[in-house]
Amino acid sequence: MRIDMTVNGTARQIDTEADRPLLEVLREDLGLTGTKYGCGEGQCRACTVLLDGRVVASCRTPISTAAGKKITTIEGLALNGRLHRVQQAFIAEGAMQCGYCVPGMILTATAFLEKTPHPSEAQIAEAMNGNLCRCAGYPRLIAAIHHAAKGGAHA
Amino acid sequence: MPEIFEIEPERYELFEAPRYIFTPTRREFLATLGVGIMVVPAIAQQRRGGGGGANVPVGSRLHIATDGTVTVLSGKVEVGQGARTELAMAAAEELRLPLEQMRVILGDTDLTPNDGLTAGSGTTPRTVPSVRSAAAAAREMLLSTAAERWHADRATLRITNGRITHDGKSFGYADLASALAGVQPNTTALTKVDDWKILGTSQYRADAHAIVTGKHEYPSDIKRPGMLYGCVLRAPAYNSKLKSADLTAAQKLPGVVAVKDGDFAGCAASTSYAARKAVAAIAAEWDTKEHPSSDVLFTHLKSHAKPGRSASERGSISTGLAAAAKKHTATYQVPFIAHAPMEPRAAVAEWVDGKLTVWTGTQNPFGVRDQLMQAFHLTADKVRVIQPDSGGGFGGKHISDAALEAARLAKEAGKPVCVRWTRAEEFMWAYFRPAGLFEIEAGLDAEGRLTAWKFVNYNAGGAALETPYKVANAHHHFLGSQSPLREGSYRGIAATANNFARECFMDELASAANLDPLEFRLRNADNDRLRAVLQAAAKKFRFAERRAAKKGIGIAGGTEKGSYVAACVELDPTTGKIREFCMAFECGKILNPANLRAQVEGSIIQGLGGALTEAIEFAGGKLKNGSFARYKVPRFKDVPTLDVVLLDRPDLAPAGAGETPIIAVAPAIANAAFHAYGERRRAMPVKMGRA
Repeated sequence: MRIDMTVNGTARQIDTEADRPLLEVLREDLGLTGTKYGCGEGQCRACTVLLDGRVVASCRTPISTAAGKKITTIEGLALNGRLHRVQQAFIAEGAMQCGYCVPGMILTATAFLEKTPHPSEAQIAEAMNGNLCRCAGYPRLIAAIHHAAKGGAHA
Repeated sequence: MPEIFEIEPERYELFEAPRYIFTPTRREFLATLGVGIMVVPAIAQQRRGGGGGANVPVGSRLHIATDGTVTVLSGKVEVGQGARTELAMAAAEELRLPLEQMRVILGDTDLTPNDGLTAGSGTTPRTVPSVRSAAAAAREMLLSTAAERWHADRATLRITNGRITHDGKSFGYADLASALAGVQPNTTALTKVDDWKILGTSQYRADAHAIVTGKHEYPSDIKRPGMLYGCVLRAPAYNSKLKSADLTAAQKLPGVVAVKDGDFAGCAASTSYAARKAVAAIAAEWDTKEHPSSDVLFTHLKSHAKPGRSASERGSISTGLAAAAKKHTATYQVPFIAHAPMEPRAAVAEWVDGKLTVWTGTQNPFGVRDQLMQAFHLTADKVRVIQPDSGGGFGGKHISDAALEAARLAKEAGKPVCVRWTRAEEFMWAYFRPAGLFEIEAGLDAEGRLTAWKFVNYNAGGAALETPYKVANAHHHFLGSQSPLREGSYRGIAATANNFARECFMDELASAANLDPLEFRLRNADNDRLRAVLQAAAKKFRFAERRAAKKGIGIAGGTEKGSYVAACVELDPTTGKIREFCMAFECGKILNPANLRAQVEGSIIQGLGGALTEAIEFAGGKLKNGSFARYKVPRFKDVPTLDVVLLDRPDLAPAGAGETPIIAVAPAIANAAFHAYGERRRAMPVKMGRA
């Protein structure tokens, strides 16, 4: 089927099978490999993207449901080359070991901070609990999200 | 030396043949035999352990470009543990260069020296010195060459930011690089710890920008022109053999390449979706034999124990037990667990003019190259393996399967092929940390000192088998077994299992002796470094005070690979949740405090999984919990209050730190559970609540 969608601000047209996961279309058809496969069952959230501003697991999102929607991937978060404050905070706090979970963490945190600009540590843990980091770098990830929350206005 | 140390002492390494040996074509046979080379994998070399200090000339370790950029070359790989930053720091320190000017190439079999597996906490104690001594030799030779050219006294030369200056004149390193030909590493010119400017400081990953923008290319992100996506036919259960596979239907699908070669069958297509559909269209028949279930795991391990490995023995156990005022015995169990790195196994293979290049996530690039050589009947010059910094390893990425699969499909397709394992494949077809069964017996004198120590381990592995506590009469025995699952290395592998059994049993002995568990350990420990971490953790945590005030307080210590750890824990007896975790860790001189802290915190939290929730369950040849929905690993909400105490010892050589912190996690928790419930916990994962 033909899918029209907006990816990182650019109109995209894809002709593909309706039940292909959005994740695979982003990675294989559009070359946006910043979105990661982790489990294919929505349990690790490495594949997180924003669909009309909402956090979704792209591995469990059939491409057909992306039709007509706006998608933001990690590649589209920086504006005009300026990193989003969550991205900046991750660098400042060294919030990565292997870094494979980081794109999903950043997008989840970005959507969360939009709604909860001044979160407590417990709120961060609750909101981020769906995102797995097997290096278990959670303390630094929490520090980075705190850092971003304190870091002022949206980039 | 007891025989135990002649087998793999520090890791339970997988030394199995490649999963597939593909049918050679006549041309390959001639190419291999024609030049008179027997293709023999370099297993003897790999067996030397984590390796890391390939003794190579400076020119193989460092490259100085004409623009002055210095590149460090190492066969080690980056899987998130910080090797790239650490090796850059090591070279920058000795070359007096800013860290930002260093480039590092890791894990490329055509470019880097073979530093062995990235395993066994080997990069810090072996590769760092190797890089430092090469860089120090280079610095000294550059200085001497500059002095010669200027006819100047060498002692009057200054060296800053990659330039050598004297009397208003200067040379860049590139101007003098030709002098480095044939220079050998120099261990006597190393910069003293007191003079370090870069080593010993906190440094984060240099490529953080690429990671937060999604630009960093992990092995599963590599894309080559014309690349197809592969999917492999998997057996329905363990102990299965492919009887037949009819590819007709798969081959009729548009754009699909399908292959059957021996035990291998798979398809490649322009999307992974199409490749999956094609594999689903293969009509396969399997011969499946019975496979034991995890319910009978520990009786299976004991009944299939392999004799032949002798015990290490000192003094006499019977004399020691006869002299004891108190005797005690217990058995412990450790299940199989999975590494489950965030990035599953992945490989991209490309054949150009008979040469195979594979990009893959591996802790063993040279081992993967050797297996590709074996499987495809190739000589070393025809195979290149590159490991782009990958998404986690934890000892789990030592095998070549995905590389072999991608290469076989790429060969058939005549195009590059990418094979990325699914999470289900990663759980089922990778390998596991070995399960183990332990039988321990000990005697104590009237003062609570060990008189005898008998420790028997079935299948868990030999690392950290020997007790670090003082005892005159000791018997340590590791017996291999017939493992029902494929097993191999894991972060801290056998040391975690051995230390769990040992430190839980020490706690039981403390109770038997009516001694506080810290006091009991200190009474039996004559190793100053072990005593120091136990005391540091206990002091920071206020162990004695808190243990007297409430229930659910535990302690454990341990040592492995030259570093020392102790942990104190408080758990909530009602919920079983870990409230607070305090760890003291000492690994000699600290090279990168920020990275060390991250490794220690990561070890604690990853270790909570093995301690509390992780155990692979299987029946009928299938995993019962081979998914993140069923196999529970630590998440944000599981993180307790953490308190990490790093003891810096500038007088001691740096030891690796990626593994040892994990060995104290489970026993500290099991001992806290005993304190909470008054019942012993003798199995991982530790059950909370009263039985």
